[in-house]
Amino acid sequence: MRAFARYLTCLRDPRYYQIMVLSLLLGYGIVILDFGIRWQNAVAIFGTAQVVQLLAMRATGQRRFDPLSALITSISLTLLLRTDEISLAILAACIAIASKFLVRIRGKHVFNPANAALVFLLLISDSAWISSGQWGSAAIAAFALACLGFLVLTRAKRAETTIAFLLAYSLLLFGRAIWLGDPMSIPLHQMQNGALLLFAFFMISDPKTAPNTATARVAFGAFVASIAYVIQFVIYEPNGPILALIISAPLVPLIDAISRGRIYQWDHSAEDAARPIKGVY
Amino acid sequence: MRFLITATVTMLTIALATTAQAFCGFYVAKADTSLFNRASQVVLVRDDNRTVITMANDFQGDVKDFAVVVPVPTFIQREQINVADRALIEHLDAYTAPRLVEYHDPDPCIRYDMRMSKSMNDAARPSATQELDAAGRSTGVTIEASYTVGEYDILILSAEESSGLIRWLGENNYRIPEGADSVIASYLKQDMRFFVAKVNLSEQTKLGYSYLRPLQVAYESNRFMLPIRLGTLNAKDKQELYVYALTRTGRVETTNYRTVKLPSNNEVPEFVQAGFADFYRAMFEKQTIKENGRGVFLEYAWDMSWCDPCAADPLSADELRRLGVFWTNDPSQGRIAPGPAQNVFVTRLHLRYDRDHFPEDLMFQETGDRQNFQGRYVIRHPWTGATSCDTTQYRAAVRERQDREAQTLASLTGWSIEDIRQKIPYLDGTAPQAENDPWWKRLWR
Repeated sequence: MRAFARYLTCLRDPRYYQIMVLSLLLGYGIVILDFGIRWQNAVAIFGTAQVVQLLAMRATGQRRFDPLSALITSISLTLLLRTDEISLAILAACIAIASKFLVRIRGKHVFNPANAALVFLLLISDSAWISSGQWGSAAIAAFALACLGFLVLTRAKRAETTIAFLLAYSLLLFGRAIWLGDPMSIPLHQMQNGALLLFAFFMISDPKTAPNTATARVAFGAFVASIAYVIQFVIYEPNGPILALIISAPLVPLIDAISRGRIYQWDHSAEDAARPIKGVY
Repeated sequence: MRFLITATVTMLTIALATTAQAFCGFYVAKADTSLFNRASQVVLVRDDNRTVITMANDFQGDVKDFAVVVPVPTFIQREQINVADRALIEHLDAYTAPRLVEYHDPDPCIRYDMRMSKSMNDAARPSATQELDAAGRSTGVTIEASYTVGEYDILILSAEESSGLIRWLGENNYRIPEGADSVIASYLKQDMRFFVAKVNLSEQTKLGYSYLRPLQVAYESNRFMLPIRLGTLNAKDKQELYVYALTRTGRVETTNYRTVKLPSNNEVPEFVQAGFADFYRAMFEKQTIKENGRGVFLEYAWDMSWCDPCAADPLSADELRRLGVFWTNDPSQGRIAPGPAQNVFVTRLHLRYDRDHFPEDLMFQETGDRQNFQGRYVIRHPWTGATSCDTTQYRAAVRERQDREAQTLASLTGWSIEDIRQKIPYLDGTAPQAENDPWWKRLWR
C-alpha cells in the first residue's frame, strides 16, 4: 500500500506524462508517417544526453541522478532534429544538456535545452535541419488531442505560456489573412502544423525556463508569438517559433527580476517542496 | 529498352498534351476562349537567397491571344528575365523520371548470376505549334520596363493596387480569372511584383521556333517559394506540378506541406513493362489519396554527377549553367569543365493540387540530406530456355515470386488482385496456392 502511494506521488511529476506523450508522437512519426529518423542518431542522442547529464551533475556536486529531463530533451531532439551526420546528433545532445548547467541566472537555466541545441546546429551547419512540414494535416487532429490531453493530465500547470503563444500566434495569422484578403483556409492550414504544436506544447511550455509568475508567462508567450510571426512572415525565414524562443529566452531573467514568483519544481511531494531547490533537473 | 522510359515520358505527355501549362501565374485570354491549366514543370535553382526559376511553357491550341501574368517574390529589373531552351527541362525530366528496370533470371541449372539491364532513355516530346500576339498599349498601371527577350514581349509592371493591374489587363482585353483580384491584392501587400509575357509574333518567326520556350527569372529573396495560388484560379480540375530543385547542399522539401517519398524499389509483374505509364499513374493516384490529397511526392533526389540506373545522362555543366546554376564553373573565368557537374543536387517533387487541398503557396527549404532516392520499379523475367536438370524447385519459387509481385502491384495501385493474376503468365500456367486464402478453402478440396 505504501509502495502504491509512493508510486502515485511519483506520477505527480508531469514529466512522466510528457515522456509518454512525446514517445507516442515519436512512435507515430516513425511507424505511420515514416519520418526517416535514423536509429543511429536516436541512440546517439539518448546516450549522450544521459552521459552529459550524469557528468554535469557529478561536477556540480549533485548526488541524486535524475534521468527524466534529459530523456525529454532527447525525445524532443529526436523528433525535431534531422541530420545525416551522427556527430551532429551527438553534438546536439551535448549542447542541449550542457546549456542547462552552463547558462544559468538566479538558479534557473536560461535556454530550453532542445531549443538551444537546434538553433546552434542550424546556425553552424548546413547538414542539420528541421522538417516542419513532415507531420502533414491528417495527423494534426490526433496530435492536437495528444497535446491537449497532456495539458489536462498535468492539470494545466503553468500552461499559460502555451495558451498565450497559440492564441497570439493564431490572432496574428488570422489578422494577416484578413489584412491580405486571403481565404481563412490559409491561416487554418498554417496553424495545422505539427512542428508548431510540438513547439507550443513541449518547448515553450517548459516550466523551468518560463517566467515565474502567471502574468509574466502570458506576456512572454505572446511576445514569442510576435517575434515568431516577424521571422516567418516579415523577413521570411523558416523555423520562426524556434528562433523566436531563443531570442526571447534571455528576457526571462529580466522579467523574473522585476516580477516575483516561485521557481518551478518538477515534483510536488511535500518532502521536496519543503526543501530549497538546488539541483538542476 | 528505349521503350520503358519512353513509356514514362508518354505518361507525362498524356498529362500535358491536352492541357495548357500553368506557370506559376495565370493565363489571361482574350475573348471567351475556354482554357484551363492542368500541368506544369518548374525548375528552381537556389543557393543562399539567390533563385533562378525556369517555367516550362507547354500549352497548346490557339495561343496568339494568350499572355501570362507571373508573380515574383521581389522587385525585378529587365536583365533578370531570360528565355531558356526547352530541351533543358526535357533533359532534366528524363534524367529524374521514375524508372523501370528489368532482370532476367539466369538458367537455374547453371550458377546464379544476376545481371541487370539498365533502362535507357530517350525523351520524345510533342511539339506544339503555337502563336502569340503582341498585346495592346498600357494604361492604368506603371510599366517599369517593356522590352523583348527572344520571342517574348515582357512588361514589368509596378502596381500599388491590384485594381490597377486588373484594370490594365481589362483595358487590354484580357479575360481575368474570377478571384484573381483578391489574390493579386494579397501578393502586392506581400511585396510581390508581376510581369506579363506575351509572344512577339515577328520575333518568333525570325527565331524560327515553332513552340514557346521556357521563361526564366533570376532574383534574390529570402522567400524560397512557388506561388501557385493564381494557377489554381482558372483550373477546372486538379493540376499536376513537377518541381525540379537544383541546390548545392541537399534535398529540397516543402515546409508547409508533407513531403513523402513515393514507394520505390518494388518488384512488379512483367506485364507492367507494357503499361508502365498506367501503373505509374495508378500508383500516384493511390498515394495521393493516402495523403488526403495534400502530399508532395519525392520522385528523385540525387547528386547530379551520376546516376544508377541512368534514365538519361546527367546534365552537363553547360546545361546546368543555362538553367541558372550559378555556383559551378563560372563562365567568366573560362572554367566550363566537360562532363557532369559537381556540387549540384537535384530533387524532383511531384504534386497534384487544387485550391481546396493546397490553399497556401508552396514554401520550400533546402535540407542537408544528400541521400540518394529514386522511383525505381523492378521486373524479373523467369528463365524460359531449355534446362538440363530438375527445375521443380526453381519453378515453384518463381510462381511464388510471381504471386508476390501480383500482391505488391495490387497494393501499390489498388487494382483488383484477380485481374492482375489473370494477366500474369505463371510458370506451368498455375498460380501458387495463395497462403492468405482462408484455411477452410483447402479443407475439403
